Amino acid sequence: MWNVIKTRFSQGCRTSDFPDGPSGLPERFRGRPVVSSKPCPQGCAACAEACPTRAIRTSERAAVELDLGKCLFCTECVTACPDGHISYSTDHRLAASARADLVMSGPEARLARALDAQARRLFGRSLKLREVCAGSCNGCEAELAALGNVVFDLSRFGVQFVASPRHADGLVVTGPVTGNMRAALKATYDAMPTPKLVIAVGACAISGGPFAGSPQAHDGAESTVPVDLYIPGCPPHPLTVLDGLLRLLGRLPG
Amino acid sequence: MSPTSRFRMLRNGGAQQLSAVPVVSAAEFRETVLRAAHSGLRLSALYARPAKGKTGLCAVLADDAEGVLYVLFSEATDEFRSLTADLPQAHLFEREIAESSAIRVDGHPWPKPVRRSLPDSAAFFREEGAEVHEVAVGPVHAGIIEPGHFRFQCHGETVHHLEIQLGYQHRGVEALLAAGPDKRGVFLAESISGDTAVGHASAYCAALEALAGVRAPLRGEALRAAALELERLANHIGDLGAIANDVAFLPAAAFFGRLRGEFLNLLMSLSGNRYGRGLVRPGGTAFDLPKPMAVDFSARLARGRTDLLAIGKLLFDSASAVGRFDETGTVGLRAAADLGLVGLAARASGLDLDVRRDHPHGLYRFRHIPVVKGETGDVYARAMLRYLECLRSLDFLEGLLPDLPGGPALAPCPAPRPGLIAVSLVEGWRGEICHVAETGRDGRLALYKVVDPSFHNWQGLAMALRGGEISDFPLCNKSFNLSYAGHDL
Repeated sequence: MWNVIKTRFSQGCRTSDFPDGPSGLPERFRGRPVVSSKPCPQGCAACAEACPTRAIRTSERAAVELDLGKCLFCTECVTACPDGHISYSTDHRLAASARADLVMSGPEARLARALDAQARRLFGRSLKLREVCAGSCNGCEAELAALGNVVFDLSRFGVQFVASPRHADGLVVTGPVTGNMRAALKATYDAMPTPKLVIAVGACAISGGPFAGSPQAHDGAESTVPVDLYIPGCPPHPLTVLDGLLRLLGRLPG
Repeated sequence: MSPTSRFRMLRNGGAQQLSAVPVVSAAEFRETVLRAAHSGLRLSALYARPAKGKTGLCAVLADDAEGVLYVLFSEATDEFRSLTADLPQAHLFEREIAESSAIRVDGHPWPKPVRRSLPDSAAFFREEGAEVHEVAVGPVHAGIIEPGHFRFQCHGETVHHLEIQLGYQHRGVEALLAAGPDKRGVFLAESISGDTAVGHASAYCAALEALAGVRAPLRGEALRAAALELERLANHIGDLGAIANDVAFLPAAAFFGRLRGEFLNLLMSLSGNRYGRGLVRPGGTAFDLPKPMAVDFSARLARGRTDLLAIGKLLFDSASAVGRFDETGTVGLRAAADLGLVGLAARASGLDLDVRRDHPHGLYRFRHIPVVKGETGDVYARAMLRYLECLRSLDFLEGLLPDLPGGPALAPCPAPRPGLIAVSLVEGWRGEICHVAETGRDGRLALYKVVDPSFHNWQGLAMALRGGEISDFPLCNKSFNLSYAGHDL
């Protein structure tokens, strides 16, 4: 017992300052990509060609469109662009309420909107989530589990992961939805009481990620259940997930 | 005739002409593999491969004492007499061959699908009798974990048999990789098992480099090794926290949970991602570790060691926690060897194997890590080994970081050469990762085989439960912490 108390003192309080303090993310952290609004030289599509998941489209007006839902947050486009039009910021805020809001064509970010007043009254101070992994590599699970540690401490916001869909207000889906998990995912969704939310976490759950087009998978959660919140990343940083959840609950300023 | 004279030899990270690999009849293939395995070699991979428009077999065996690998092909065949009764470590490989190829595997004791068809469609092993009952769990579990189905045959609290049926995570990784090499390949490798992104990406890149006939520059190899050890530290420490949590020793669980993040954050400072994604690339590493960052890393590692020692002491000095670890979930030396367990789980049962020492590649040829092994094969051994391996990895990093080799971290990796087979092994934090790649006449990949350490080790977890109490399952499971995604591919 004495040992526990002694170690407790030496370990100190480690909970992050989120959402009040700085995120403290390192310089190389790849958060929200920044696409320059300057036009590219005609015909150069080096970024689109380099992208492993076809997340980038170049249009005839020489504008670049980047789909955060497909993006693996790698460095291929940054390296490929001869003019430095694409770069990464350390901004962890990525979540959006609509699939179309994830497609960026300039510097502006269309972040997740808060639920309506009635839903906020129901879920705003207490949100219970059930997680279903439907073919993820376990990277997103690792970050969702990390939300429960003393640093991110999800439960201080009244959000908790629960053991049964019967106890849940929201379903968190990861993975591209494999053929072998589709029935279990649907059954879990059906077992939840209404009103209910669905949150797609990670590139796989939003678009299939690196597994897009695989005959064994279904290119994301929307193939099987309706989605209310999209949290991009591969995997998303725990702060990205926290930011998305709190925006949905209307607990972060616009 | 020596047991290996029929094989073609190669080393970890090496390639051979496909035409140089002996092709024998299916019957001789069986006898040759069996003789080599009974002389002490280990089955690293066994898979079906195209042979003259039909299907043949390939075996990759590891000679850990000599540090070499042996490859053998069989002629095209419609049927193959199962090795499993004589060589239990072949059992899952043969089930995989049966479900993914036209080859019929005769005489397999438990011929069920591995991952292709809906996993729970086949019957489970069932015990009959008065007061015997069955417990079914999954695929969706109560926590934030991957899907899998566990079927226990119990008498009261005692588990007589556990059957683990996976396959829910099957997303077609090998087929997507075999369509390469393409720009998606390394990202697929990083997503084979998300907690082993560095390990699998390193195996993938080493295979591509072997096919191209190049080696990554030594600095790139050093940074890969540094990232691999950081990955090991983060995962082992996370598992120690999870093990403490499952015996309800919450202070250690909380402290270890926080400490795991410190090592993930080191990977993030290096690569921009907490799991080291984006770092390992064909030809080396995409990021360098400049001097000031190395100095900062050394200071953070020293703080990490202080915390690890304090929290480790807290856990392992707690008699009530250690009392729950002792003699729980035991896998004996004989069972571990028969099942072909690898990595930490094998060493905990007393097997003396570690790819970093036995088949060194990259920086491990020059800097060595002492192998630690246990004896008791129980939860205590697996927990204590995690702790000790963390200390060895810290020693390794503290020696390496101030003394990184010079030169570039990345060099070009040309396209693969045609008609080759390459094998790369990496000691991931769970154990031996094996990637086998074959190229066709056009220099494109013709076949890509991935063997995650979990593929060998899930049967070890099933054996650990035999005769134990069902309430010990979560603790036993955490002490192995195997990958579903790596198994299901």
